[in-house]
Amino acid sequence: MTTTEARPTERKPPQLVDMSWDPITRIIGNLGIYTKIDFANREVVECHSTSSLFRGYSVFMKGKDPRDAGFITSRICGICGDNHTTCSDYAQQMAYGVKPPPLADYIVNLGEAAEYLFDHTIFQDNLVFVDFCEAMVKATNPSVLARAERTDAPRGEIHGYRTIADIMRAFNPFEGEVYKEALKVSRITREMFCLMEGRHVHPSTLYPGGVGTMPQPTAFTDYLSRLMRVIDFVKKAVALNDDVFDFFYEALPGYEEVGRRRVLLGCWGAFQDPRTVDYRYETMNSWGKDMYVTPGIIVDGELVTNNLVDINLGLRILLGSSYYEDWVGEQPFVTHDPLGNPVDMRHPWNQTTVPVPQKREFDGKYSWVMSPRWYDMRTDQHLALDTGGGPLARLWSTALSGLVDTPYVKATGNSVRISLPKGETLPETTLEWRIPQWSNTIERDRARPYFVAYAAAMALQFVEEAMGLVRAGETKVFENYEVPDEAIGCGFHEAVRGVLSHHLVIKDKKIANYHPYPPTPWNASPRDMYGTPGPYEDAVQGQPIFEENGPDDFKGVDIMRTVRSFDPCLPCGVHMYVGKGKTLTTLHSPTYGANHG
Amino acid sequence: MTTHSSTTEVSKEPERAEDRQGFDEITILWISEGMSCDGDTVSLTAAGQPSIEDLVLGLIPGLPKVNLVNKVLSPSLGGEDFLAPYRAAVRGELEPFILVIEGSVPNQNIIEGDGYWTSFGNDPETGEPQTLNWWIDQLAPKAWAVVAAGTCATFGGIHAMAGNPTGCMGLADYLGWDFTSRGGLPIVNVPGCPIQPENFMETLVWVLYHAAGSAPPPPLDHMLRPQWLFGKTVHEGCDRGAYYEQASFAKDYNSPKCLVKTGCWGPVVNCNVPKRGWMAGIGGCPNVGGICIGCTMPGFPDAFMPFMDEPPGGTLSSLAIKPYGAVIRRLRGMTNELVNHEPRWRHNKRKLTSGYDPRWRP
Repeated sequence: MTTTEARPTERKPPQLVDMSWDPITRIIGNLGIYTKIDFANREVVECHSTSSLFRGYSVFMKGKDPRDAGFITSRICGICGDNHTTCSDYAQQMAYGVKPPPLADYIVNLGEAAEYLFDHTIFQDNLVFVDFCEAMVKATNPSVLARAERTDAPRGEIHGYRTIADIMRAFNPFEGEVYKEALKVSRITREMFCLMEGRHVHPSTLYPGGVGTMPQPTAFTDYLSRLMRVIDFVKKAVALNDDVFDFFYEALPGYEEVGRRRVLLGCWGAFQDPRTVDYRYETMNSWGKDMYVTPGIIVDGELVTNNLVDINLGLRILLGSSYYEDWVGEQPFVTHDPLGNPVDMRHPWNQTTVPVPQKREFDGKYSWVMSPRWYDMRTDQHLALDTGGGPLARLWSTALSGLVDTPYVKATGNSVRISLPKGETLPETTLEWRIPQWSNTIERDRARPYFVAYAAAMALQFVEEAMGLVRAGETKVFENYEVPDEAIGCGFHEAVRGVLSHHLVIKDKKIANYHPYPPTPWNASPRDMYGTPGPYEDAVQGQPIFEENGPDDFKGVDIMRTVRSFDPCLPCGVHMYVGKGKTLTTLHSPTYGANHG
Repeated sequence: MTTHSSTTEVSKEPERAEDRQGFDEITILWISEGMSCDGDTVSLTAAGQPSIEDLVLGLIPGLPKVNLVNKVLSPSLGGEDFLAPYRAAVRGELEPFILVIEGSVPNQNIIEGDGYWTSFGNDPETGEPQTLNWWIDQLAPKAWAVVAAGTCATFGGIHAMAGNPTGCMGLADYLGWDFTSRGGLPIVNVPGCPIQPENFMETLVWVLYHAAGSAPPPPLDHMLRPQWLFGKTVHEGCDRGAYYEQASFAKDYNSPKCLVKTGCWGPVVNCNVPKRGWMAGIGGCPNVGGICIGCTMPGFPDAFMPFMDEPPGGTLSSLAIKPYGAVIRRLRGMTNELVNHEPRWRHNKRKLTSGYDPRWRP
């Protein structure tokens, strides 16, 4: 059927086919997505998400020196390890009662801004956009490609491509212009990262208490000159993305339903304000609201809270479909937080991880991922929050809260305005990201280039302020401390793909308990003890299918777009295996040898 | 498209290392489903000399055509479509191929009953997850060369630290240190957590020149590491080494001086990162203020923990260098003061005092 006519409204008898993708490519880690698809009514009726990797960080960190935690937890993730180190250092600084000098906080902010620039660029242009490139659209929606050939790109004067199909061609893997340029840009931005944090992906110069980076003017000069070299690329990326995504809504009416779920977004905040942050739990609500990306929980479009203390106390780690023993019968590590609030047994502070490898049963236990939820006291519900892939929740929370007001970035209450200076070819540009109607696949993807712009704008401010300190001679970057006998700490940060928290308990100067909660457990979690599916499962389940191929040569591109829109990073993947032993025909680029036999 | 290899006539190059026929096409089957973070794949994309796209697009003269199969970079949508070349290799229908393993290899033997630590796709017959170990058992004996990318795959790494529940190890621990590939090569170990991008690419390119028949196998040391990359210590390439010689030690991380007293293991770690930098000569570890935690080493991480304390051997060596360093530092300080003065004859007075003599003879 043609894709441009309205979708049928009357239900036909279902024609169910089991389809799965395992491992899923173009993500970090092992993820499997298992679905039942109704080809008669062209929708996904069931989805399970599984991760097939267990390494046991929270197990082998016990008894180690807590100062090692930042170095160890970086190794959790091979694309955003630095986010873990940063978050771990935040948690340790709380536990040790140490406040790094302001310049150290700026250097960390600059490193993290470069990470967002690098990571979102390589993910969006080299991994996500392959699903929207000419070769893929030709194989899945030829009629859409034909229409794209006839459609002028509205923002052509910014990015230089005449038609939508020209843009799609520019993203063909290893051959398209933008694809290749993005790889180069991802190297320049990683050089910026290395100037601040030493190495990518596991930083060498970050410590609890500050950094070892030498704050010489040269470091900031080198950083700024590279930032200005990519600033026009950033502006173009926003225009390219907006053109393609607007076109998808137009060419495929109803595409907003793809990957759509209830607005249940969480953001734990990023970019500390070095002037006000002291890393103490008692003042966390206040300095949390000073972050340059505002933390927040958004339910059905309403802001529930900006308070990191509330966010922390509401965390619940549920089991139900994961390969672990429950720990509620164990002794708690932390009964009350430093403010005297009771801490739940299912809070990460009290968690004990006991792995039980077993057979995969989709009606029983089927994943190495646990199910983090946020307990909403107002409704007595355990919410399966998602991160919108990171940028969507960050921009949404920041826009809605209206707290960020800086020279380059302003939150208005319903949008975020980002100003970028003049570049080599493009003039000074103000971009505006507005809160969208939906939390869906396209909006998760669209938010990503806007957040790249956001990070670039913040980086400009941080460079200026850091240079101000250097010129004033305030070049201290590390504060010394003693590791206490007993302490607890928590760190809240935004990993590239969303919420990240580390929870630390120290006894006898050693790690008694350590649990990191990265974004992917939130997004990729399996059904919990209450039967609530995780966000991938929930977003894919019930989504319409727009692909023109039938069951025999179905590729599942709509489903893959949804999964990738969350920016999966499971050091774990998703595989595709079609029920009835049918293998799919392949899309491959000749240089890649993806097809054999 | 098929990936059948055909041997080529040896091209007429001068100074051939050995006279054998090479391949004109080769597949790289990369598996990052070891217990990894995929950081080595990500690091690989940072390489510029050469870059991964240079390799795949055939921009390096003299190499075979390379078909790279890697989950993170694959244009495939995933699943069996992506696994096709791996399955073909298992059936013996894809030759030659280089097997790259990323991540620690878990011990499946400690699991009782059904279960797995890490898997890669499903068994098409049963639908059960196929373990990484199964894939290694199937593919390693058929691989023309086997490369371990990163410290997890080379020696076990972070996931193999004391107290780990998975019993994991490095690839050579699993296959045996005397393993020989179908192409007659030992396992090629490129450690680093993650790999330094160019270190890995350079090694891979050497292996590919060897596959093309135009180079001998890469020279490896007793731990199967490329000699030219891991034959020197961090300290020998560190630009803070001169501070050590003058016994100028940083007491905390605010200092540009030698970090040996604040946890740096550089003097005893085999790695070239301070010399080479991380990317395009930028970054690194102790050279830019990050202590060396020994991440390229077989003893990593346990031998180097707690990372931020002075290494036990550092106490003695820094004590021994103290008297020499103190004297040298002072003498150099005096000489430095001296050469910071211009000679007296540079002035704007009415008389030339430079010693100029037009009729001077020796």
